[in-house]
This record gives sequence, C-alpha cells and structure tokens, in this order.
Amino acid sequence: MTRARLSAVCVGLSTSGCAGVQSIAPSAGAHTSAFNSLFVVFLVVCGFFYLLVIGFLGAAILRRRRQGEDGVPALFRVWVGLVSLSLVGLALASWLTDRAMASYGDKGPPVRIRLTANQWWWDVEYLGANPSEAVRTANEVHLPIGRPTLIELQSNDVIHSFWVPNLAGKQDLIPGRTEDIALLPRKIGVFRGQCAEFCGAQHAHMALTVVVEPEAQFRSWWRQQQAEAPAPRTPEQLAGMTYVTTRECATCHAIAGTTASASVAPDLTHIASRKTIAAGTLPMSRGGLYAWIADPQGVKPGAHMPYIGLEARQLDAVVAYLETLK
Amino acid sequence: MAVALVLLSACDREAREVRGKPLPETAVAAQTSQLFPAGGTAGPIDPRAKMYEGNAYHIAEGGRLYRQMNCVGCHANGGGGMGPALMDDQWRYGGRMDQIVASIDQGRPNGMPSWRGKLTPTQMWQLAAYVRTLSANVAKDVAPSRSDTMSATYPPTLAKPKPPTDSDPAAVKGPAR
Amino acid sequence: MIARDGPELQGAELHDRLTRTWSRKPGLIGWLSTVDHKEVGRRYIVTAFVFFVLAGVLALIMRTQLARPESGLITADRYNQIFTMHGSTMMFLFAVPVMDAVAIYLIPLMVGARNIAFPRLHAFSYYMYLGGGLMLWIAFALNIGPDIGWFAYTPLSGPEYDPGKRADMWAQMITFTEVAALAVSASIIGTIFKQRAPGMRLDRMPLFVWAMLVVSFMVIFAMPAIALASGFLISDRLVGTQFFNPAEGGDPILWQHMFWFFGHPEVYIIFLPATGFVSQITETFSGRSVFGYPYMVLALVATGLLAFGLWVHHMFATGLPRMGYAFYTAASMTVAIPSGVQIFCWIATIWSGRPRFGVPMLYVIGFIITFVIGGLSGVMVASVPLDLQMHDTYFVVAHFHYVLIGGAVFPLLGVVTYWFPKITGRMMSERLGRWAFGIVFASFHLTFMPMHWTGLMGMPRRVYTYPAGMGWDALNFVSTIGAFGIAIAVILFLVNVFTSYWKGELAGPNPWGGTSLEWATTSPPPPYNFAHVPVVESRTPLWDADGGPLPVMTGLRVDERETLLTTLIDAEPDVREASAEPSIWPLLAAIATSILFVGSVFTPWAVVWGAIPVAIALTAWFWPKRSREPGEEPVIA
Repeated sequence: MTRARLSAVCVGLSTSGCAGVQSIAPSAGAHTSAFNSLFVVFLVVCGFFYLLVIGFLGAAILRRRRQGEDGVPALFRVWVGLVSLSLVGLALASWLTDRAMASYGDKGPPVRIRLTANQWWWDVEYLGANPSEAVRTANEVHLPIGRPTLIELQSNDVIHSFWVPNLAGKQDLIPGRTEDIALLPRKIGVFRGQCAEFCGAQHAHMALTVVVEPEAQFRSWWRQQQAEAPAPRTPEQLAGMTYVTTRECATCHAIAGTTASASVAPDLTHIASRKTIAAGTLPMSRGGLYAWIADPQGVKPGAHMPYIGLEARQLDAVVAYLETLK
Repeated sequence: MAVALVLLSACDREAREVRGKPLPETAVAAQTSQLFPAGGTAGPIDPRAKMYEGNAYHIAEGGRLYRQMNCVGCHANGGGGMGPALMDDQWRYGGRMDQIVASIDQGRPNGMPSWRGKLTPTQMWQLAAYVRTLSANVAKDVAPSRSDTMSATYPPTLAKPKPPTDSDPAAVKGPAR
Repeated sequence: MIARDGPELQGAELHDRLTRTWSRKPGLIGWLSTVDHKEVGRRYIVTAFVFFVLAGVLALIMRTQLARPESGLITADRYNQIFTMHGSTMMFLFAVPVMDAVAIYLIPLMVGARNIAFPRLHAFSYYMYLGGGLMLWIAFALNIGPDIGWFAYTPLSGPEYDPGKRADMWAQMITFTEVAALAVSASIIGTIFKQRAPGMRLDRMPLFVWAMLVVSFMVIFAMPAIALASGFLISDRLVGTQFFNPAEGGDPILWQHMFWFFGHPEVYIIFLPATGFVSQITETFSGRSVFGYPYMVLALVATGLLAFGLWVHHMFATGLPRMGYAFYTAASMTVAIPSGVQIFCWIATIWSGRPRFGVPMLYVIGFIITFVIGGLSGVMVASVPLDLQMHDTYFVVAHFHYVLIGGAVFPLLGVVTYWFPKITGRMMSERLGRWAFGIVFASFHLTFMPMHWTGLMGMPRRVYTYPAGMGWDALNFVSTIGAFGIAIAVILFLVNVFTSYWKGELAGPNPWGGTSLEWATTSPPPPYNFAHVPVVESRTPLWDADGGPLPVMTGLRVDERETLLTTLIDAEPDVREASAEPSIWPLLAAIATSILFVGSVFTPWAVVWGAIPVAIALTAWFWPKRSREPGEEPVIA
C-alpha cells in the first residue's frame, strides 16, 4: 500500500521511471518500511493542512465583500487548537516510529561489520566469531536477508555519512568516534548507498554496493572472501602480479596471499568479484579497469590513486592479473 | 600593493593539480647522485621545485603521504628518531627540493629505503615539499598549521625558517648512525 | 533667527534650513562620509541585490552542470567552490544584509525619526559588509574560493583537509558580516527603542518594526556563537590550535553545535523580517489593520525564542542520544504554531478587508502558497526518522528553497515594488511586474517541486555529478529549465526597476494608501525625513488623519542635527539628542579593520599591528565635540 503509493507518486513525475536502487521506494529494509509508513502519515496530515490554508486563502480572495470579522476570532481558536493537536500527534507518531526502529537491531543474531570511511572510499571489515573468519573488502557489503546487521562506523579523515536509502536512514562517520547503525534487510536485491555528508572533492563518487542475499548465498560469499588470491596462470598474469606486488600498487593496496599488504587503499584480494571500481565510479569490467588504472585522475579527479603512466604492456598485464582476483 | 601581489600569486598557490604533470616532466631530477658534500657545488635549482613547494595542495598531499607511507616511523613528525630529524637545518644529503627528492628516490645508507618505482615522481615531489614545511622553509601561506594527528611540532605557519646548511654526512652528530 | 521648528518657522523656509542642516557635504568625500540612513540603506540594498544576482549566476552554472548525468562542464573542484559561494553569498551577503538594508531605510521613517540611531555606526556597518563581500568574491576569482560548503564542517575545513587559504577566506568573511550585522542591529534597536514618534507605544508599532526588533535581538544573541566558531577555525588553521582535532582532545562536533546554534536562528533572522513585509503589504492592500495584532507580535517573539532551541535538528545523523533528539523534534514542530498563527492572521486580514491585488499583494499570495509548502516539509524533516532519510538530500534543498525563496525572496520582491515609489519617487510598471511575478512563481515551482522527488529517490546534496539511470535525470533536467525561468523573471524584474527608475510614473507621498508613517513624508523623503516630528495616536495614523495633516510636535533645532528621544514603552517625549554629523572616519575605520581582518588570514601579527590604525581611526571617529547648551523643552503643537 505504502510502497505502491510512493511509487505512483514517483512515476508520476519521472519519465524514465524509478531506477530505485538508491531510493526510499522500493523499500528493502525494516527501517525504510517504517519510514515510508510514517511519511504517508505526515503527508496526509500536512496535505490536509495545506488544503485548509489554500481553501481559506481562496475563499478570502474570492468571497463577496462584507465588512467585519464575522466569526473569524472563533475560527482562529479552532485553527490554533487543530494545529497544536496535530503537531502533538505527529511528534508522538515520530517518536513511536523511532522507538520501533531502535529495536530492529535485536531481531536475531547479527552480522557484525566495521565500516571505515576514507576520502573517497569505504573500507569494509567483516568481524567473524574468530579472527580466521574476518574478511576485508571495500566499497561493497553483502547482507543476509532477514537478519540484522550491526555496523560499526569510523572515519579515517573527515566526516562522512553512511546512507543506503532502500534499507535505512543515515548515520555520520565522525573521526575520533565510533558510531553504529543497525540494518534489517527484508528484500533480496542489489542496492546502492552513497556518502551523504559533503566530504571533499570527490564526495559525488563515494558509493557503496549493498547486496542483500539469502543466508546460504551470503555464507558462501563470506567463505569465498576468506580465501587468498589465486595464483596467476599465464605469463601475462604473472607479469601483472609481479608489477602489482612490487611496484607502486603495493605501496597502498593489499592482496591476501601475496607480499602486497598495505592498508591505505582498498583491499584488492577479490576485486574482480565486486560490482564496481573506485567506490561506484565505474562498473567492474575490463574496460573499467583499463580506464581507472590508466588515468585515475581523469575518471575521479582528486582521488588519492595517482597517475602512474604505465606502458601499454604493463597495463595489459596488470589488468589481466586483476581480472583473475575473483 | 603587497596584499595585491599576494592575492595575484594566489592562483598557482591554490590550484588543485590533481593530475600532476605527465611524464617525463615530473621525472625525478637526476638519477645520478645529487650529493654536494662540503666543498662541492650544487647545480642550478630545478624549476619544478618552486611549483611544488609553492602549492598548498601539493604540500597537503605530501603530508598525507608522509603519514600514510609511515615516514613518521623513523623521522617522527620531523623531530627524528631512528632516522634524522627533518625540522632542523642539518641535511646530510642536501635540503633543497631536488636533493630531498633524490634522497627519496634513491634511498640513503643506514636505513632510508629507495622509493623508486613505489611512489610516482609527482608523489616524491609532494613529499619533499611537505618535508620542507617541517623546517619552515616554504612560504607560510601554503603551509598547514598542523595535521589532525597527535603532534607536538611547532606550527610551520609560525616557525622561523631554518635554511639548510649542507654538511658532510660523516661530520653530523645525529641520532642515527 | 529662530533655531527651532514651530509655528513661526514653517514651509519653504523650514525646508531650506533643515535641508542645509541634514544634507551631506558635496563631492566625493561627502558621498563617502554620509551618515544618512536613506543613502546608506539604498547602497546596502543595491549591494545586496548585486550579490543576489552573482549568487544566482552561480546557481545557473550548477543547474547547467546537473542538467544531465556525468556532465563534464565544470570540474569537481570548481563545483565545490561554486556551491559554497552560492550558499555563503546568499545567506551571508544577500539574505541577512538585504533585510537589514530595508530596515535601515525604513525603520527611521516608520517610527518618525530624523535619522537612525548611531548614524556613523551604521555607515561603518555598510563598509564592513562591502569589504567582506569584496574579499570573498575577489578570492573566488583568484581560485581561493572556499570549497567546504557554507556550513564548513570541521575537519574538512581544518588545516589538514583544506590546504591553502580557502577556508580562511570563508571564515573571515563571516567575521566581516558579523561585525556589520551586529552594528546594524545595535542601530536598529536604538532607533526602535528610543526614537519612536511621540505616542507610538510598543503596541502601536507597525509589525515590520516589531519583526526587526525581534530579529535585531536574535542577531545579537546568535552572532557571537559563529564569531567564536569562525575564530576557533581560523586559529586552528593559522596557529595550530586544536579546537576541532579529536586526536588532541578537540571535537569536530563542537563546530556543528556552535555553527547551528547560530545557523538555525539565522533562518528566522531572514524569515521574520519577511513576515514584517507581508504584514505591511497585507495591511495596506486589504485596507484594514492586520487581524490579531497581539497574536502576531507574540508569534514573532515566540519564534525568536524558539529559534534558539532547535539547532540539533540539523545534527540528527551525528549519533547524539536518541532521547535528546525527541526534545528537538518537539521544539522544531512547536515553531509551526506561531507560523500557523501568522498565516491565519494574514488570510483573516484579507478575508475581512477589501483587498486590492496590486503586484505587492500578488507576491503575498505567492508567498503564502509557497511558504506553507516549505513549512510543512519543515515539519516532516523535524521528525527524526523522516529526517534520517531526507537529511542532506535534494528533499532538504527543496525544503529550504521553499522557505527562503518562498518565505523571504517573494516578500522581498513584493516590498521592492511596494516601497520603490517611496525610495525613488516613481512607480514600478504594473504590467512588467505582473509578468515577472507570474514567471518567477511558475519557474520557482518548476525548479524546486521536482527536487522533493529527486531527494526521496536518493540523490544527495552537494554532488557535482551523478550517474545515469538512477531515475534522477528527467527531474534534474526539469529543475534546470525552471532555474533559467527564474533567471528570466529576475532579469524582467531588474529591467522594470531600471526603466521605472528613469521613466516610471511619478508617485505622490502615499501611492498605495498605506497607513504607516513612512507614507506621511514626500517620495523620496527629504534628508531630514519629517519637517515636524509626527505624533501617533493609534496603530493606523494615516488612516486616522484621513488625508489631512498629522498631529505634530515642534521644537527641534533646525540649525543643528537634533533628534527627539522618547521613552521605551509609551514613547513619551523624553530628551532632545544630538544626531551625529557626517564623518569620513567610519569609512577609514572600516578600511583599517578590513586590513586587519584580511591580514590576519596570513599572519597572526596582523591582529597586533593592524590594531594600531584601527585604534587611530576609532579615536578620530569618537573625538568629542563641544556639548550643546541645554535648550527649552519641546512643545506639542
């Protein structure tokens, strides 16, 4: 009901339709469902008052003129009473919804994630029951459906804001603090989140892929992410690996199972299994990898990935190797 | 008049040169040694030095690299430790921009690794520009006052510049041997 | 010679002598040293509109960039500077100063005074405001434009993440406008409290005067917070203090508290004068005094007080305790009550009056239709669960443009039309005015209505570009078309202003049939405003006089600048007071202060050495003159 109405509102104005991967409708999480219900309540009450005001204004403009304030003072008292009562009602509805939202994190054993924001990418750590289960990835989180996920939020530099509209509202990531947010996904799909607090030059290119999947698929994804990077199989891939692990790349990136172990840039161990490159800037594809590595500053000016000036053969090798990192 | 000049020079000072300059313009000054121990004569200063140490964005990027590349591990925030101090006027291998870049590029005996092929030339120039702020040898209007880390260094925006006095590496009594 | 106005000194001779006393000196120096509130007010208004147009051009550049996804028209760095400049200019160099500007021109006329209180101070204020605006825009032209948002959150605006002097220029511009706003507020409060015409008790003041009184107090309480905050920021950036550095015990959230403790009242500092405009226009065009005057006054005061208890609703996503949030939600929603009261009273005034629908009144109707939408979406974002989704999206962009353009710019365009004949002596063209209103109204909604959807569909604010296929493309394109519509309307409005200024129909003293005192004097008013001090016996003095002469009081000196002070509550004549002569020193003091401010962006020593010329200028400014001998009491004629 709620969703249908919002979508209708949405489609009404947009010729291209709602893409909906980063939107309050369709909702894919308990928080956003609650948001949508509350939003409809507010919309109805506010709409009612708007019609009242416009009706009164129209009547005042159009009515045949008589002198005197006939009945206006009484109307005034009714109006103030009505406004005050409705506001109390709305504040109460808002508060109750907020209480309900706060309890969604308790509905089942949670997945725990530590998300660290950087200019301009997301560092993701899955905190397992024991250290061997821990998984490090970037710019992409996978969540099991129907189970809460508790995310610890930190920032390495400036204030960012974690926001996946289909799932829940925002929470800022503030340097020097650890904040948290709970998600309760209720619909399978791939969604997009984006930094919502202005964080510098490339604020516009700081997105996060969110994959909500069934528990079993989530388990196998997690297992697969724990694996080390596969060994190169062709000479070209080997050349690529040699370059990546001994040259500029390894200064910042890590690939589990190789000597590359720096942690100031996204972990590349399973980069080819992710859906995007450079925090949602480019789709994951051979072309995307070429574009990004050949000239990062053309794709995302100001990003901390430097222009290296690889020769064509080196570039081919590096891309060939990265493509094997599923 | 002075204010006007400062303002007019601002364009270069503030530009966000995100691309760096493409190769070979940003190539490291010289791949041979740039050492000028006591008695030797330094060659003419590399024109790129001014471009990097006169630009606030390059210095900020250099500061980020300084922390991310763990320069702090040996040099601390300029005060030195396992590696020599960078905030004084003593330079074993020269304190000019191109000399610092050469040190980063080639590495130096007793622990300073070579960053050739690990950092891009642009990044080395940026690092060198930042290192020069530690001894307050860049213009005050491009230097950052502090970083957002714990640090007890005196703000380069206030410090007196300590122009490098090149010295014979063997003669320096530093903490590092 | 008779040195006072009265039965013996009337008409042309009085006019000549008063003009001689109150005119500024001739020549450039005279132009620069004027302390006449009408001249300063005019300059203030024109300057504010220049900044309005400049910031509007930036808005067009942004909208062009956002018209299609992945547009490469401008770089990220430039876009970030542009949106920061747009916000900062609109808020600090247009919206607040233009309200002060109109008040400077009108408040002394509305209360029947000869000049504003503290005439030199308000001239100083103008030069400071101009200095701050020039500094910011010159910096922007030189690529030192701030790129940190108009809110400048630390640590993004701190020394590590914003290299160079960009954030300093922003922070110092705040200091300039701060000094300017505080100086004007002191002048306005002084004028309203002590210079009202005899008999204009507090409960007889026009509602615009009430609004400016409340706003001036709000400025005085809100501005110190941002002064402190921007001072902290500059010292963090210049001398390495640690106010906002968490690693050294500072706190980036401290900035947000201090900024919004100022920033939220700021919104009402812009909106409340606009409610005053609406009240004045509605009164005149409905032909009756505003319905529910005491409620309107209470609503103004209540809004002014509540405005200081809402700031946390800008920070719902920062993770403060949830129970605390609930209180700020409740407080934010409470503001809807006084606003609802005002809306009702205006409509009731139209309802029970005999409305005429001239251009100013059209803007009032446009204001109600538009502002109420912004107010209601404001009720939505006051709710924590709703705000967590809407915060920092285009929904909020839509919300505050409805509130600020609908709630402040529409009334402002209305009052420009309304008071244009008073200021220039000529009427603005009604036909062009209706066209401009129609286009700006339609284009406004075309621009900002779609943004509600863009925001709900997940588009965050302050992004220089966005990917295709998110469902935002068409909505953004519509918004861009609307933005150009607004530009056309503004151009039309300005064309109307310029043509009417030279060729408009001549206006009499009271072309609209208004009732407040500014309509009692000629259009444009003479340098001395009123030949005799008017005496007020009700809220509607001109309608009481019914075209005849107002009761007046005489006995003020004509050979020296003298003004009448009255008591605070009942406005009974109290003392005669000298009003400051023109002086070049406010300008010189402003230049000295500007040098100090700009210099202290680069070196802390500028504060020390720069203080010397400031001290010299202030000493010369306040150098005492001989005191006048006490005169006899004024008499009511």
